[in-house]
Amino acid sequence: MMTIKDLVNAPERLVSGHRSCAGCGFPMIIRTILAAAKGPVIVSNATGCLEVTTTVYPFTSWNVPFIHSAFENASATMTGVTRAYKAMKKSGKIKDDVKFVVFGGDGGTYDIGLQSLSGALERKEDFVYVCYDNGAYMNTGIQRSSATPKGAYTTTTPAGKVEWRKDLAKIAIAHDIAYVATASPHNFMDLALKAEKAFNTKGPSVLIVLSPCPLGWGSKTDQSIQIAKLAVETNFWPLYEYDNGKYTLNYESEERKPLEKFLETQSRFKHLLSPESRNLLKDIQEEIDKKYDELKKLCKE
Amino acid sequence: MKIEMTGAQAVSYSMMQINPEVVSAFPITPQTDVIKEYAQYVKDGKVTSEFILTESEHSALSVLVGASSAGVRAMTTTSSAGLAYMFEILGIASGQRLPIVMNVVNRALSGPINIHCDHSDSMACRDSGWIQLYSENAQEAYDQTILGLKLAEKMNIPVMVMQDGFICSHCFQNMEVLKDTEVKKFVGTFKPEYSLFDFKKSVTFGPLELTDSYFETKKQLSLAMDEVPKEYNKISEEYYKLTKRKYAPVEDYKAKDADYVIVALNSVCGLVKDCVDELRIKGIKAGLLKIRMFRPFPYNAIIKPLANAKWITVLDRSESFGANAPVYSEILSTMKAKDKIVTSSIYGLGGREIMKEHIMEIFDDMIKPKGKNLRFINSK
Ligand SMILES: Cc1ncc(C[n+]2csc(CCOP(=O)(O)OP(=O)(O)O)c2C)c(N)n1
Repeated sequence: MMTIKDLVNAPERLVSGHRSCAGCGFPMIIRTILAAAKGPVIVSNATGCLEVTTTVYPFTSWNVPFIHSAFENASATMTGVTRAYKAMKKSGKIKDDVKFVVFGGDGGTYDIGLQSLSGALERKEDFVYVCYDNGAYMNTGIQRSSATPKGAYTTTTPAGKVEWRKDLAKIAIAHDIAYVATASPHNFMDLALKAEKAFNTKGPSVLIVLSPCPLGWGSKTDQSIQIAKLAVETNFWPLYEYDNGKYTLNYESEERKPLEKFLETQSRFKHLLSPESRNLLKDIQEEIDKKYDELKKLCKE
Repeated sequence: MKIEMTGAQAVSYSMMQINPEVVSAFPITPQTDVIKEYAQYVKDGKVTSEFILTESEHSALSVLVGASSAGVRAMTTTSSAGLAYMFEILGIASGQRLPIVMNVVNRALSGPINIHCDHSDSMACRDSGWIQLYSENAQEAYDQTILGLKLAEKMNIPVMVMQDGFICSHCFQNMEVLKDTEVKKFVGTFKPEYSLFDFKKSVTFGPLELTDSYFETKKQLSLAMDEVPKEYNKISEEYYKLTKRKYAPVEDYKAKDADYVIVALNSVCGLVKDCVDELRIKGIKAGLLKIRMFRPFPYNAIIKPLANAKWITVLDRSESFGANAPVYSEILSTMKAKDKIVTSSIYGLGGREIMKEHIMEIFDDMIKPKGKNLRFINSK
């Protein structure tokens, strides 16, 4: 099992000089995950903020082999890479043991890339899929996705999103794969250990990582980690894993913090805190509590 | 070896002989026979390919983008809606200069939905940066798949090999195939310039290229395309030594001295050849110019065979609604400048049959113009 020392001493695989915003969550997420991959690793990435900020030709921030093809096909693209690997292993062209990881935003995962991901999960392709979930299409200017939380302002939901978020973990688990987990960058050791587990899983595994986005969320750039922590402490973003049929909650608060503590850090939720939104806020809190209770029940089974 | 095969079987056979590391596909009529055959090759251990049946054509081609970037041979096959669904990835494959080979079994695009042959699918992709090779019959589809692979790898440009849905893909034809060992020797081993599996020098594939470099990337592809006819000829020379079958970007079938020439591609060329032969017996100088390579378009190769023509009729099995049809557009732009009469006839959309009488009517109208409207052949 990885230690914090391993994490610190791991080679830098996404180096500085990229153009992500101050306070963006994904550089830390990516670096932590790549640090957990022992030996050579190949990255596939969906179109989105991560790809456009790290690969502006003729520069690249990737110290590992990297492929971007399109928005909706990162899983299919990686399928081609892993199958080529299998073929080359068979013929003896490659001796190394290689790890494979896909990074996609929530748009590239919950929405337009869901079919490609589902196909890969069903075929039991051998790679780790990581969704860095910032809750909207940020690259194109903060439009709603099916991961956008109910009530959140985006440029295409100016009155707040009406629908609930899609439950991606449930969808991934329904494919009967071995390992699915949620994570948050504030708890980097938990993230690293989950990534390590995912890399050591045979067949596909899915990590869904909360990725703070100051620009899209309307939050302070120096508060991203604090906000991620609050997301977990309010049960807005429970940390749990599904490991070969067994559910585990990785963080349980003595007493969950009220949702407002998380909401008040971000202007996308500002209207939810006004007196007129009282009922809506109550609905959202109830839904969060209900989902958390469901999760606790699953963990006891 | 002489053998009887359908067009679909023929290309599947060539794929089997090539034995690419990765083959992906999603079924669509009339392409299905190609993958059905291939699945059997996999089952029987005739190939060692990773054979991936994806959840869509978009993913089928995306898989190949990954596999080809990994540095292995990668092939697929599709038709109609499947090709349309791949459209976005076509440009990525060519933009990244990946030598993927795809067999297209031509079928009409929806809507209305229709399973029969026309060329609306591949013609809609003519500007996607892929080399396009059209085949009259199973033999040509087989040969051009093998030639095409070598061409793709020489130029780092993906290749599409077309054949007519049902008419070619489902009809048994007499043809000749090479021995497996001959094909393997001809195509050699693939040595990619870059690979994702180079861990000493990590490469970023598919970067963001903005105003300062995108243009040059596309320009390089365009300049490379200009070299393709020459390379095709070189490779076909080598192929000729092996097979005694001659391939060129165009086939001049009695066109050079002809007064009346039809220009066409794919299976209808067989029918046109019969008509030409019949007219020649009557002393009429009729001819056919068959286009094999449509992208890049071999402008230089068409000038000589069409030099003596008084009248050229171009047959297109697809439309460019409100503009000149694809093949017509190319011939017109070259030959009108040479003071030729160049007319267009659209035929066979959605599989509408085209018979000898229709071709003869077209020739008749060139020989003794009656002012007939032959813009749409055999249509109500
Ligand atoms: C087929 C297609 N549709 C739309 C786009 C435009 N587009 C590029 S990135 C993007 C949003 C990405 O959102 P997400 O996956 O959440 O990642 P983020 O930008 O938030 O990191 C969109 C809509 C595209 N590139 N391709």
